[in-house]
Amino acid sequence: MPTHKTLAATGNQVVAEAMRQCAPDVMAAYPITPQTTIVEEFAAFVAKGRVHTEYVTVESEHSAMSACIGASAAGARVMTATSSQGLALMWEELHIAAGMRLPIVMANANRALSAPINIHCDHSDIMGARDTGWVTYFAENAQEAYDNTLMAVRVAEHPEVMLPVMTTLDGFITTHSIDRASVMDDESVKAFVGEYQPRNPLLDMEHAVMHGSFAGLGGPYFEFKKQQRIAMENARTVIKDVGAEYSILSGRPFDVVEGWGMEDADVAIVVMGSTAGNVRHVARGLREQGAKVGTVKIRVWRPFPYAELARALKGVKAVAVLDRAESFGAEGGPLFCEVRSALYDAVDRMPVVDYIYGLGGSDVKLELIERVYGDLADIAAGSAAPATLTYLGAREEA
Amino acid sequence: MKWDISQIGSWTYKDFPPGAVIPEAGNSVAYVTGGWRSERPWRDDEKCTQCLLCWIVCPDSSIKVADEKVTTFDLDHCKGCGICSQVCPVDAIQMVPEGCDLPEVK
Repeated sequence: MPTHKTLAATGNQVVAEAMRQCAPDVMAAYPITPQTTIVEEFAAFVAKGRVHTEYVTVESEHSAMSACIGASAAGARVMTATSSQGLALMWEELHIAAGMRLPIVMANANRALSAPINIHCDHSDIMGARDTGWVTYFAENAQEAYDNTLMAVRVAEHPEVMLPVMTTLDGFITTHSIDRASVMDDESVKAFVGEYQPRNPLLDMEHAVMHGSFAGLGGPYFEFKKQQRIAMENARTVIKDVGAEYSILSGRPFDVVEGWGMEDADVAIVVMGSTAGNVRHVARGLREQGAKVGTVKIRVWRPFPYAELARALKGVKAVAVLDRAESFGAEGGPLFCEVRSALYDAVDRMPVVDYIYGLGGSDVKLELIERVYGDLADIAAGSAAPATLTYLGAREEA
Repeated sequence: MKWDISQIGSWTYKDFPPGAVIPEAGNSVAYVTGGWRSERPWRDDEKCTQCLLCWIVCPDSSIKVADEKVTTFDLDHCKGCGICSQVCPVDAIQMVPEGCDLPEVK
């Protein structure tokens, strides 16, 4: 069994540490706030000889992901990190990495998108990458960011999956706050992630292949997309299997959906990322006053855990979704749309309302979460009509 | 590896190699692109000094050379871009419309 060491470190530091332990063959990266300290720390590991990685300094994120794709097609284990505008600039390569079935692992420091310019936390960047075909994890804290990074390698490289994986952590809140995180010894991580066996490496001259071929003009493009759909469905099982194996090593439970107080909850809040901790804190206080409240945290965003979420929310009288991203013109934020879809087949369908919160790092005060639980209590009691969409905490006219 | 695609017309998503990887290198030779051409190169063997500049610049490797001498064009892959004609220092290569009767061009 592994030996564990507890670090006092930022989320970015523990992600860099996890990446060092996974020992990728290639990292191609470009700095961007609030991700920079991941690749900066990793560059220091390379400079000190603590990891033997080909570190490619590129001129943009577009180039970073392009270099990652080339290296991965060549047969390398590849990692990188980005955030916000950088993730947006990678957009076309994100699709290419997934379509070429390259198991690249990337950390994303969740940050708002311009305009106006803002460097603080929300999930707009990651939601922009929602449909690119990447398996996507959300971390609540530094510990989960570390754990997700190690599991991501196994999921990405699994023969039944072979898809790129994004592990996300909330900008500044998780990336830059000093947190406590337990890390495993290098040998145990090495044994857990294993040696990467590339499927069709370009550098294998004995079995020369072609990557990046054309499948248009009546070609099988459609069939290749079906293969991606199946790979993403396969990831559901692989994520759970890898999570179960990892939780034995780490001693920490893992599930794609984590409930708190859900055994007998009347009302529940669904949330992703760092705010999950704040919501649980408020829920604990309300429980002490006798209110039957619960919290559901989504840890894996793609593939979305529809069945698990519906099970977790069974019997609840009213549900609120906290969305840290907009989908202008949609009925609510991106998470809301998924949650309502997950509940459509539920026998006793309950009201589901959406709260857009914390955009551009706007403060998520505990009173705001208390207000959401208050609204839910009113909806459950039938004394208030559910308002589909609320901008939680936005300044309004007096 | 020689890739057997004789039955590709009846393949389903289960048969195509994931990631659209083609397990046979150098397969672009089999993809005949000459049909994209609207003009074809025509070379005057008497004017040609065999400087091989056309062979150097051709982006489709369609200038055929044997014993260090230009012999012909690979019209299965020449797309008619005309670069060979442009660079020829003695105007030995002309671009002529596809479909015309070649011997009369002269």
